[in-house]
Amino acid sequence: MAEEITKLICITCPMGCALQVTHDGKMVTKVEGSQCKKGVAYGEAEIKDPRRMVTSTVRVAGGGHPLVAVYTAAPIPKPLIFDLLAELRQVELHAPVKMGQVVVENALGTGVNVVASRDLPVA
Amino acid sequence: MTDKQYDVIIIGAGVVGAMIARTLSRYKLDILLIEKDADVCMGASAANTAIVHAGYDPPPGSLKALMNVTGNRMWDTLAGELNFPFERRGDYVVAVGQEELPKLDELYQAGIKNGVPGMLMLGGDEVRRREPNINPEVSGALWASTGGICDPFAVVIAAAENAVVNGVTVMLETACQGFVIEGQRIVGVKTNRGTFRCRWAINAAGLYSDVVMHEAGLRPEFKITPRKGEYYVFDRAEITINNVLFPVPTKVSKGILVTTTVHGNTIIGPNAQDVEDKEDRAVTAAGLDEIWQGAVKLVPKLSLRQVIAVFAGLRPAGNGECTTPGVNYKHDFVIEIPQQVSGLVNLGGIESPGLTSSPAIAERVVELLKDAGEKLVEKRDWNPIRNARPRFRDLPREEQKLLIRNDPRYGRIVCRCESVTEGEIVAEIHAPVPVRTYDALKRRTWLGTGRCQGGFDTPRVVEILARELGVSPQEITKKGPGSQFLMRRTKAVEPEEARSVSQRQDRGGPNGEV
Amino acid sequence: MALKTKYDVIIIGSGPAGLAAAVAAKKEGAEDVLIVERDKELGGILLQCIHNGFGLETFKEDMPGPSYAQRFAQEALSLGVETLPDAMVLDVTSTRHLYAIGKWSGLVDLEARAIVLSMGCRERTRPQIRIPGTRPAGVYTAGTAQRFVNVEGWMPGKRFVILGSGDIGMIMARRLTFEGAKVERVLEIMPFLTGLTRNYVQCLLDYNIPLQLGHTVKRILGNHRVEAIEAVRVDAKWNPIPGTEEVIPCDTLLLSVGLTPENELSKKAGVLIDPVTGGPFVDEGMQTNVPGIFAAGNVVHVYDLVDWVTEAGYLAGRSAARFAIAERKRATGQVKLQAGDNVRYVVPQVMDREALAQSGQRLQMRVVKPIEEKVWVEIMDGQNLVARKGQRYARPGEMVTVDLPQKAYDAVQKADHLTVRVVKRGGE
Repeated sequence: MAEEITKLICITCPMGCALQVTHDGKMVTKVEGSQCKKGVAYGEAEIKDPRRMVTSTVRVAGGGHPLVAVYTAAPIPKPLIFDLLAELRQVELHAPVKMGQVVVENALGTGVNVVASRDLPVA
Repeated sequence: MTDKQYDVIIIGAGVVGAMIARTLSRYKLDILLIEKDADVCMGASAANTAIVHAGYDPPPGSLKALMNVTGNRMWDTLAGELNFPFERRGDYVVAVGQEELPKLDELYQAGIKNGVPGMLMLGGDEVRRREPNINPEVSGALWASTGGICDPFAVVIAAAENAVVNGVTVMLETACQGFVIEGQRIVGVKTNRGTFRCRWAINAAGLYSDVVMHEAGLRPEFKITPRKGEYYVFDRAEITINNVLFPVPTKVSKGILVTTTVHGNTIIGPNAQDVEDKEDRAVTAAGLDEIWQGAVKLVPKLSLRQVIAVFAGLRPAGNGECTTPGVNYKHDFVIEIPQQVSGLVNLGGIESPGLTSSPAIAERVVELLKDAGEKLVEKRDWNPIRNARPRFRDLPREEQKLLIRNDPRYGRIVCRCESVTEGEIVAEIHAPVPVRTYDALKRRTWLGTGRCQGGFDTPRVVEILARELGVSPQEITKKGPGSQFLMRRTKAVEPEEARSVSQRQDRGGPNGEV
Repeated sequence: MALKTKYDVIIIGSGPAGLAAAVAAKKEGAEDVLIVERDKELGGILLQCIHNGFGLETFKEDMPGPSYAQRFAQEALSLGVETLPDAMVLDVTSTRHLYAIGKWSGLVDLEARAIVLSMGCRERTRPQIRIPGTRPAGVYTAGTAQRFVNVEGWMPGKRFVILGSGDIGMIMARRLTFEGAKVERVLEIMPFLTGLTRNYVQCLLDYNIPLQLGHTVKRILGNHRVEAIEAVRVDAKWNPIPGTEEVIPCDTLLLSVGLTPENELSKKAGVLIDPVTGGPFVDEGMQTNVPGIFAAGNVVHVYDLVDWVTEAGYLAGRSAARFAIAERKRATGQVKLQAGDNVRYVVPQVMDREALAQSGQRLQMRVVKPIEEKVWVEIMDGQNLVARKGQRYARPGEMVTVDLPQKAYDAVQKADHLTVRVVKRGGE
């Protein structure tokens, strides 16, 4: 595949360096514009395997609120975000919910669990 | 046509319609009050300066002048009977600089001709003493001691409630769509909820009074020109104006005032701009600028940082000609029983001083009906007193404690800025004039009018309304059909939404341009 | 839970600042600590901030808002902090009295040796920025929308325009997108981003949500519900540039245009507010100008990271506890002197218990009725005589004195209060 340059803003620290990553879709040949090594690593990761922490809510029956906040215990591959959200929409927990409780195990085969952010007692 | 025969159907539940309903409820009549909007008091009565005018302003000999001065006298009794906030503080027409002083004299003379009592000319020093924040260039003022301020929402709601308690039927979201005319007589009113028979219809439709009278084939030349006025409301704690301050008036309007309200806020406005659309209440950058310039002329110390609310109202300016011989005035009130068609009391063009005049207008309608041969028999059990429901924040601590002990819902504050409790909200929802919308609650309890402008209370109010009305929160509206707050449950994503959302993300990787 | 009438420390608001203050106050040795919270659970605004980014400094972990709140709430409760939820404080006085109203507690009258104000912020409203146009349903501040979406479970709209590139606005842009809504545009009046860059990348860029800097809302359209907003480019003075208007169809406008510290209660207590921050003037211990009233968190000035709020909360909590403990000592270190039989008043009315270590103390009084016979002027601890002096008579017109000698030191340590009386000497 032909080489292209993708522009990114690094978010590893608040500096927000503007990066230029030269790559062919899979292999990264060059990362320019970073002021430290972390930027290079970020640039590479964003091309090869961009990941994000996902936070959302799921429905709860019988709790003090109709929803409880949940989050991925680790970042998941970016292309899977909306599939994960669709799956979360199907979930309905039953109160009581405990902080850290696994809501979805090994979400979409990523090996990452989705866990509850807080307790939600019975109403 | 339905079988239900009313004696009187009143079209429009603004201050005029509500006051007529209340006054007529004194007699043995079956009365229906219809209102096209989701609550009473949503037309001109909802957005104005809330002033009970002294009466020096309308042209001498006009019906406006007569109704104003007669009506003004009735407010103490009215406020006592209906229990709404009213203060007779007096108005000031303020002259800035020497050139404006002669105009004060003209107003004074007009006031004398109109029969306005208790007017006094004040020098600049005295005005500054009474109103320390006023422009130091003030050269004098006309003080009309019979001027007052009220809560116009409370006035309309109280009048409507008193009418209901005395037997009047109120139907909201019911619009007049025409008349049933037999021969030369109106015998019924057509509405979106069916047709109702009546012996008398009363046109109190405000901004739409021209449309209604044309439906009856009357006064084709009569036209309501909606005249927009914009207002700023200031934070209570930030600036204190003690009085109602008018500038020297222009031909078109009483000018841009700075006034205190019965709730202690300062408001400024209105300007006067004719618009086409009877529902155009948009505030405009130009209008706001105009009222600002007018206001700082009277009170230079005002600061825009103290603004907490902005709104616009429409005045139903009409082109009715004054019927007094020798008086050449083309914008007078129309209050008549027309010749061309019977069974109608026709009112039109009730702009300022409409609020002030409303009790007098109601009495005049009674007179017109009597003159037309209507036998009005008084009810023996008519109750003129309407008790206001307790306002938590105004009660002394001991009474607050009692209120909470009897009903714990008074212990839950829903609007933090104005200290409005759940108990009050529930009481208003189940009051004689039904409440179904957020704005209706706002008008009654003052919730959502403070510094956070509903930021804190909105989710809680929506929940309470849904619960008390037995509907889904999705159905709760701000001001009637079409103004729902919520669209769907968070998790009830429709398939097309889900698809289009995920498409948005798939367009390659991240890009980096700001 | 039975409420006491007096607490060492009362904390208003259980957001991150209040919770941290409660924990620190307890650890510093305050005996009774009470949190008054208007919502039904602890956590404040954190409960609706379901995104990550909290705790990076404090716990060296990246967690969502509710988790951060729960950790602190649990620690506070395990330390014995008392809570009064579902209760709104209506008034605070400079003498540290509080009036609160709660659905189940009713109207309560509380007193505190020290108070921590941690009421947070409110959002800037539409009228404050004077957006022209109609006033339909569908105009929300970002925080109110966040509450609906995350806590109440309702979407306030389907097509959004967001005014303001602050963090709350950008976070909501992503949140709404996640729940199936379309965010058409984010407008920012400044020529630069006002929130964090990481949020710009992860909330806007990631989801191709366009941001327009140097733009604002010229007016809102739609009578009953928002139908569109008219965006416009502005010049350096924020004036709209004619010809750059664009009507963007939408049904909701979200405002993320700034936060104002919520100091209505502070003002009632006589706390002086800095006009620049909008929050109280505070010293290095977070004490305001009113002795015993402290403040922490967004109520003082608007923070960016919650970890710094926690730090400020700890500081205020420690200072409040120290103040309360000193107050306790001072009060228990004093004995009250009260008027007894035939005595109208006694001066001084309170005395430091240690005062007798220095010297005897003279008490002065006036009698109510004259006694024209020999009298005892007696200082009593209940039924026990502590000291007395004889006089030939006692008259209201002539001041009477009696000395509390140093040898009464031990008696004074034990007494809750002392009473002074003047009685006839005969027939004791």
